[in-house]
Amino acid sequence: MGIEEKAADLGVVTTSLEHVVNWGRTNAMWPLLFGLACCAIEMMGAQSANYDLSRFGMEINRASPRQADLMIVAGRVSRKMAPVVRRLYDQMSDPKWVIAMGDCAACGGIFNNYAIVQGVDEVVPVDVYVAGCPPRPEALIDGIMMLHAKVQREKISGVKEAPITLQHALLQVDVAKK
Amino acid sequence: MTIQIPTPQEIMAPALAGASETMVLNMGPHHPSTHGVLRVVVELDGELVVNLAPDVGFLHTGIEKTMESKTYQKAVVLTDRMDYLAPLSNNLCYALAVEQLMGVEIPERAQVIRVLLVELQRISSHLVWLGTHALDLAAMSVFLYAMREREQILDIFELVSGARMMTSYIRIGGVAYELPADFLPTVDALLQVMPDCIDEYEALLTGNPLWLERTVDVGVVNAEDAVALGLSGANLRATGVPYDVRKALPYCGYETYDFRIPVGKKGDNYDRYRVRMAEMRESVRIARQAWERLCAMPPGDFMTHDRKVAPPPKQEITHSMEALIHHFKLWTEGFKPPVGDSYVSIESPRGVLGCYVVSDGSPKPWRVHFRGPSFINLQALTHMAKGRLMADLVALVASLDPVLGEVDR
Repeated sequence: MGIEEKAADLGVVTTSLEHVVNWGRTNAMWPLLFGLACCAIEMMGAQSANYDLSRFGMEINRASPRQADLMIVAGRVSRKMAPVVRRLYDQMSDPKWVIAMGDCAACGGIFNNYAIVQGVDEVVPVDVYVAGCPPRPEALIDGIMMLHAKVQREKISGVKEAPITLQHALLQVDVAKK
Repeated sequence: MTIQIPTPQEIMAPALAGASETMVLNMGPHHPSTHGVLRVVVELDGELVVNLAPDVGFLHTGIEKTMESKTYQKAVVLTDRMDYLAPLSNNLCYALAVEQLMGVEIPERAQVIRVLLVELQRISSHLVWLGTHALDLAAMSVFLYAMREREQILDIFELVSGARMMTSYIRIGGVAYELPADFLPTVDALLQVMPDCIDEYEALLTGNPLWLERTVDVGVVNAEDAVALGLSGANLRATGVPYDVRKALPYCGYETYDFRIPVGKKGDNYDRYRVRMAEMRESVRIARQAWERLCAMPPGDFMTHDRKVAPPPKQEITHSMEALIHHFKLWTEGFKPPVGDSYVSIESPRGVLGCYVVSDGSPKPWRVHFRGPSFINLQALTHMAKGRLMADLVALVASLDPVLGEVDR
């Protein structure tokens, strides 16, 4: 071969910058400590010893959105909660990802009524949907693996993508005034 | 005693107008220690809590309203998702209320299965409370130990129903399916290890000076105030009032089981902790008694034989016209309870869970209302936190053990 073989003998690994950056992002993806309802209990289950999310560098949940990369929307989002979810998403620093955990976060689940937002994708852009009511910890881990695979394919072109703006009636409510 | 709980606006208005010397702090709805999406508006003087307003409704799901558009059997699924740490208790409460309305007789064996599973549910719920309470006071390892045993209990639920959390296993008329063959040995294995595991948690916490510092004499409620505030469950019993629905108004044959009601003395965080730990031990005892009864019973009787309520077995449908008609009527239309109402209360892990069902004679309930113990327990927060440190508030919320799904429903 060429330089790779020679360099490997010298203890040097060659790779692309993109790969290294994405590798770093996937292996220390800090989730936001953010539980809404039933799914949050399964998320806690995924983080405890039996399923052990720390295998993927994700045992550390950040309570502050400023320090988090991944928002796992675990549970049903009520109309009162939707503006709060969006505000938390806006407070997270880039790059950031969202997993909609469970049927309620994905599509409203069994609660097709006046109180529940029919899918959190009405207020924040979602990368991975995890089905189940609630999803098993294995299902959540599978969703996280899927997200990691997605992040691995991302390009760091230097050109920042236009921020996704969603104009939804739910977001017109100002929580500070309530 | 008059209960005065301010609204968030009452606390915020003077601060926004610049008319107060105190500081107003907003805790939640996104906060690691509010155990869900509770918002607490706190008025602080330095580090002392002057006043406090809980703001609920961030998880309002419209469960009671949605139940009105489901048939009686289908509404069982919705009850699971109220108090999501104790879905089987919710199932049981709703099923008992509808059964009372209809006057259905439940087979003895189904009652025993219900008692066994609800007691296991109580242990698993208290384990989450213990883990998160300790986590809030910075004791991480207790959480990992508690979740270890919880997984073992969830495995049992998965064995009987196929789901880990939202089992919907307790149905109107009995339970959904026959128990699998390896159910009894699996429960036996759990009941054997559980007392030692509780010893293990107690070894980590009961005499731990840091734990004592944060819990003893924090959030004291006396018995009189606790009754006036409508507290129930371990929060009430920690004040010394030995009220437990399982003894006071027995259901599912609880009067035939031998168990004690643990009570506290002072009604502080530490007493609530001791009461819940003792309750887990009592639950193990009840579950063991139920297990012994199940071992002595022949399999089969898990559902009422009233064909107007419970579907006939599959093999009967293939050769009985009447069974086929019952099956068809049940799943296309549902059953019609007589016009009237019923109220049943049970002892859920969080306290007195009540269910009020009103029937207008149609296959769908006209109104279903739940008395959520978390909601009523939460109103004690203002009373308990006034004059305490801000840091104690975290311990207080955890100690009251609210589940926001049940608070907001």
